[in-house]
Amino acid sequence: MQKDARIETHTIVVTVDNEPGVLARVIGLFAGRGYNIESLTVAEVDRAAHLSRITVVTSGTAAVIEQIRAQLGRLVPVHRVVDITLEKPGIERELALIKVASTGEKRVESLRVSQVFRARALDTTHGSFVFHIPGPPAKIDDFIELIRPLGLVEVSRTGVAAISRGAEPM
Amino acid sequence: MGKSKGDRSAPPQTGPELTGSEIVIRALKDQGVRHIFGYPGGAVLPIYDSLFEDNELVHVLVRHEQGAVHAAEGYARSTGKPGVVLVTSGPGATNSVTGLTDALMDSVPLVVITGQVATHLIGNDAFQECDTVGITRPCTKHNWLVRDVKDLARVIHEAFYIATTGRPGPVVVDVPKDVQFKKTAYVGPTNIKHRTYHPKLDPDEDVIRTAVRMMAAARRPVIYSGGGIINSGPEASTLLRELVHLTGFPITSTLMGLGAFPASDKQWLGPIGMHGTYEANLCANRCDLLIALGSRFDDRVTGRIDAFSPNSKKIHLDVDPSQINKNVRVDLPIIADAARALKAMIKVWKDEKLRADPALVQWWAQIDTWRSKNSLAFKNSTKVIKPQHAIDRLYALTRGREVYITTEVGQHQMWAMQRFKFEEPNHWMTSGGLGTMGYGLPAAVGVQMAHPDALVIDIAGEASVQMTMQEMSTAVQYDLPIKIFIINNEYMGMVRQWQQLLHGGRYSHSYSEALPDFVKMAEAYGAVGIRAEKPDELDAKIKEMLDVKRPVLFDCRVDPHENCYPMIPSGAAHDEMILSDAEDELEVSEEGKIMV
Repeated sequence: MQKDARIETHTIVVTVDNEPGVLARVIGLFAGRGYNIESLTVAEVDRAAHLSRITVVTSGTAAVIEQIRAQLGRLVPVHRVVDITLEKPGIERELALIKVASTGEKRVESLRVSQVFRARALDTTHGSFVFHIPGPPAKIDDFIELIRPLGLVEVSRTGVAAISRGAEPM
Repeated sequence: MGKSKGDRSAPPQTGPELTGSEIVIRALKDQGVRHIFGYPGGAVLPIYDSLFEDNELVHVLVRHEQGAVHAAEGYARSTGKPGVVLVTSGPGATNSVTGLTDALMDSVPLVVITGQVATHLIGNDAFQECDTVGITRPCTKHNWLVRDVKDLARVIHEAFYIATTGRPGPVVVDVPKDVQFKKTAYVGPTNIKHRTYHPKLDPDEDVIRTAVRMMAAARRPVIYSGGGIINSGPEASTLLRELVHLTGFPITSTLMGLGAFPASDKQWLGPIGMHGTYEANLCANRCDLLIALGSRFDDRVTGRIDAFSPNSKKIHLDVDPSQINKNVRVDLPIIADAARALKAMIKVWKDEKLRADPALVQWWAQIDTWRSKNSLAFKNSTKVIKPQHAIDRLYALTRGREVYITTEVGQHQMWAMQRFKFEEPNHWMTSGGLGTMGYGLPAAVGVQMAHPDALVIDIAGEASVQMTMQEMSTAVQYDLPIKIFIINNEYMGMVRQWQQLLHGGRYSHSYSEALPDFVKMAEAYGAVGIRAEKPDELDAKIKEMLDVKRPVLFDCRVDPHENCYPMIPSGAAHDEMILSDAEDELEVSEEGKIMV
């Protein structure tokens, strides 16, 4: 098991029965067994069927990732566990709301950067913007780094939502 | 997130309405339950009231909720049926946590019903309130808080289904007090089709064929079986025997797997692991094919993981997919119920008219040289009772009887594992995964409830047994003639052994000071106390114990300094086993010391 110690990042999609405590089971599993959570997104996706979809971005060795999938599969309210990273690359998107406070040249520059990234200003005052930026997590990371010296105040990110490509469901 | 959805299965509203507490009793009976281990309290009073009205269920009143859970574990392991526990909210629930964790680690099917404060009080820090489902989430296979009486019957039936199928385990059903009073139509246990829970029980034919061909090609094979064989049911043990005899392979087993294969058989190597036999561990180390059947490569079995069975291909049968590749990378996983997989393996072996590789003869010759080390030998004494001798005599003097053994945790447990030879499954109850001191006495209570005419012996240590000693009172109340055979060495023996070997003989807090007089203690409980202090009186005292038809505390005073060998020091490999005190100064790496 010690052979391959390279740390990989994987996006795992878990469909669960939307019953009380199901999120606590998933998070408790990660905490209890010492697995990483880099981001976590949860919402009901089928009200009639009581189905929720949890997207977890996690990292670990290949062996750890395999264990995470197996341990998630063992939880009673879990329908399916799919490692989106292992399938043919799926689509991953995230949404961030980013507050920037600055004046003068920095303020103008932050607006220019936001246009390059196709972020929208949802709120504007004389001294601030709140930008809305959807995209792959790496793009949002890049945007934040560019904005940081221009008066970055606060970041709110949704975490990753993921889906496979093509006509077939996962 | 989400709301409870009582309408999901939409039961037909037929039959007379029952209260929640009546539903609990009715559902238990419909699940075939005969015995419940429990302790009343405010939040379960309505259920106890319904129990009062009932004259079929037998309730065993324990003295502490941990005792109830261990008793239910003993009951379950010795019968193959789920154990049932009924306790109150708050401390009733928290006291059951050790037992739940123990059952989870050792895959014991339990249904534990806990009372909860009324739904409108939940979250208010009410009297005897605790977040039972939160606390027990990581120590159960699944749990439920039933907020709506309409869900109650369905949840209880589902609870039995989940506890007993796939890899068995404990479940908790938390029932608020107001739900116990509310009325609704009762739903019986129909064919449960769970929305999400579908354990895979049937093996893939191709995988079985590959496995069996690997077995036929192996030159130095060894079977390493575990508790999964026992949990699968008695058929799996029968099939295991058939497969082992068919192939002629050597077989070892884990602590939890003892009895699945008869210890008297010539293909039996003895147990594997830290205190396993020399031949079993050397076989695991030198084999070219390791066939793991219902075992999970626990660290007590493998020793140093990167040196474990370094030159073998590995086949791993388990019903729980998360066990595959968890500790040890395997070449061929088989995910299935043990009995079904064994049956399929036997069929392929016979259909293809396979035979073991002729090299097996040399392998057995090699094994015989390891066996000749006689690694379980010890130096007996005429002056002081050696603990190994005590267990040997207990074994010899109980032949010809139906014997069930439970244990506490420590040296006495390992000596019992090494020396008490089990021929049948479900006759050996011990806390393997969690290592719970205090398990054995209440477990014996549960075993004796299930097998009133059998001889039930808890091989105990004087330190462990004090953790749940209060259950002697339960044994006396229900006329359970359990025998508590205390290997009294006045130390937490295994702690002392590790302190001697690994911590320079600094015996920090491992001496059992201020011990009670166990004979007087037995008498105080209304049980029988017997003490043996010299080797020449041991047999007569053991016979006296066996002839008494009442619970007995047997204080067997043994050599306080005896160590349990063989031993693979932590962080060492199987071929670095130490066989006796006489060997050179033990060297344990810093890395090894960190391991438990």
